[in-house]
Amino acid sequence: MATDVTPAVGYRRPPRKLSDPVKKVLGYGALIVAAALIMMPFVWMIISSLKTNNQVFTIPVQWIPDPVVWRNYLDIWTASDMSTWLQNTLILSVTVTFLQVLTGSFAAYGFSKVVFPGRDVLFLAYVGTMAVPWQAFMIPQFIIMSNIGLNNTLWAIIALQAFGAFAVFLMRQYFVSIPESLSEAARIDGMSEYGIWWRIIMPLSVPAIASLTLLTFVNTWNDYLGPLIYLRSPELRTIQLGLQTFIGQYDAEHALIMTGSVLSIIPVAVIFLLGQRFFVEGIATTGVKG
Amino acid sequence: MATTAVDQTHGGPGPSVPAPPRPRRRSRSRLALRNTLIGWSFILPNFLGFGLLTLIPVLALFYLSFTSWNVFGAAEWVGLENFQRLLGDGSYHTALFNTLYYGVFHIPLTLVSSLGLALLLNRRLRGVAFFRTVAFLPYITSIVAIAAVWNMLFSPEFGPINQFLGALGVQNPPGWTTSADWSMPAVIIVSVWRDMGYYMLLFLAGLQTVPGELYEAARVDGAGAWSRFRNVTLPCLRPTTFFVTVLLTIGSFKIFDLILVMTDGGPGQSTLVLSQYIFDKGFVESQYGYSSAVAVSLFAICLTVTIFQFVWNKRRDA
Repeated sequence: MATDVTPAVGYRRPPRKLSDPVKKVLGYGALIVAAALIMMPFVWMIISSLKTNNQVFTIPVQWIPDPVVWRNYLDIWTASDMSTWLQNTLILSVTVTFLQVLTGSFAAYGFSKVVFPGRDVLFLAYVGTMAVPWQAFMIPQFIIMSNIGLNNTLWAIIALQAFGAFAVFLMRQYFVSIPESLSEAARIDGMSEYGIWWRIIMPLSVPAIASLTLLTFVNTWNDYLGPLIYLRSPELRTIQLGLQTFIGQYDAEHALIMTGSVLSIIPVAVIFLLGQRFFVEGIATTGVKG
Repeated sequence: MATTAVDQTHGGPGPSVPAPPRPRRRSRSRLALRNTLIGWSFILPNFLGFGLLTLIPVLALFYLSFTSWNVFGAAEWVGLENFQRLLGDGSYHTALFNTLYYGVFHIPLTLVSSLGLALLLNRRLRGVAFFRTVAFLPYITSIVAIAAVWNMLFSPEFGPINQFLGALGVQNPPGWTTSADWSMPAVIIVSVWRDMGYYMLLFLAGLQTVPGELYEAARVDGAGAWSRFRNVTLPCLRPTTFFVTVLLTIGSFKIFDLILVMTDGGPGQSTLVLSQYIFDKGFVESQYGYSSAVAVSLFAICLTVTIFQFVWNKRRDA
């Protein structure tokens, strides 16, 4: 630990110190280089989406599109079923998020505020399955889903995403931190457990609900594997699945592919920018994503 | 809620009901029953979905791995046959090797770059929030869009990356996703780029817990920046580093969707990983039993590595 530092002999050398402005400039320099490297693919995506198709790959790279082809953002709607994809994805993301927050926080109340035999074993089962990679049990899951007739319907994705153990885990961790005395007081006043959940605990958990809402929405929006496995019909495609099939069919339409990519990112980016604080808190408190 | 009124007539928990001693004991067991019913009523809506689509599949997985179930026949018990077949399956060995290859580079590279980013951002500079947003952006971007743009960046002849390498004087720039030797490095680069913002957040949270006095003390003792990092920052961050390493390891072994959309396991089998092998055997070839055996092996590897890490961490703590 820190004691390892001590051997430095007495006053041999005063700590070498860079003057503050120099340090600041160096710090900013490093940050700007790192940010530029990280942002490069996004920049490339946006400029390419504003080029004609044969300008995308040029030697040397043309960093400013000339002419700026805004038309791509109109053409993509007729060249692909973008509006269907977006509609499906929106329906799924909203439904899944709503159900996930509702059933997740409801179950979390049972796991954190009601004491009954078998509760902790059951919770252990929830946490235990979080350790099993989804890839490992996607086959048995698919067989069950086919048997109950949800295969190739949007319901499959809703059923797949809306009852995750992660939501229960995240909400429970938050509920546990709410003092028991609050629910006890309400109980003495004759409020039912359901009333306590809805009127006391939920209003106090707005930050956790916000985190869960954002994480679930973004995860569902970005999900590719679920739709790939369960949605066969073209009219059921989500934005990710649709974009990937578009890339497969028109792999030479580089500019339009980039236009579609930009459009698929925008909703998530906006949501993320608006609710950034809750993302960061949600991740820092649980350390896992759904 | 409507139930509130109903509940009032039942009275609250036992003790508040004015009753003689004998009935109270009975009311306690009734209270336990009542609590069990209430508890389950909260959990049930979620459990219906969770039990049917997560818990049962997880349990079924282990059973299926001992059967010969495929699309034609019923699930017949074959004992360890599937696992014996794994031992001699060349494609399985390739997938296992590629998964390890990916992990061996992805884990340390992500660890170092996310810690580096966290250290850069853990200071009071104007605009730090902006840079944090930038670093996190790749993580919330969909895999499909990521693969689309990186495949263009990696384009061997006209892609900007190879143009840049050419400008640096590299004679034979790599073929990236079109070459069996370079496809895995390309995937690793993209996934480090994508994941580092996420783990950076965990490191940033960890850095908040390092006591400022320790830095002061080290500075008074004349410790330079490097020595402060080695002797103050790293030891204090050890719980975070451990946690991040465990998450990263499990994440590495599970790598799938990025590879599926970027290279689809190719060229040849150069980026075939375990998850994709499960997918291919199960969904493409409908060999449910054998595919489940591969899945069990993936789970066993994840579990073993995690347990090993925990034991190792404990020993270092002692």
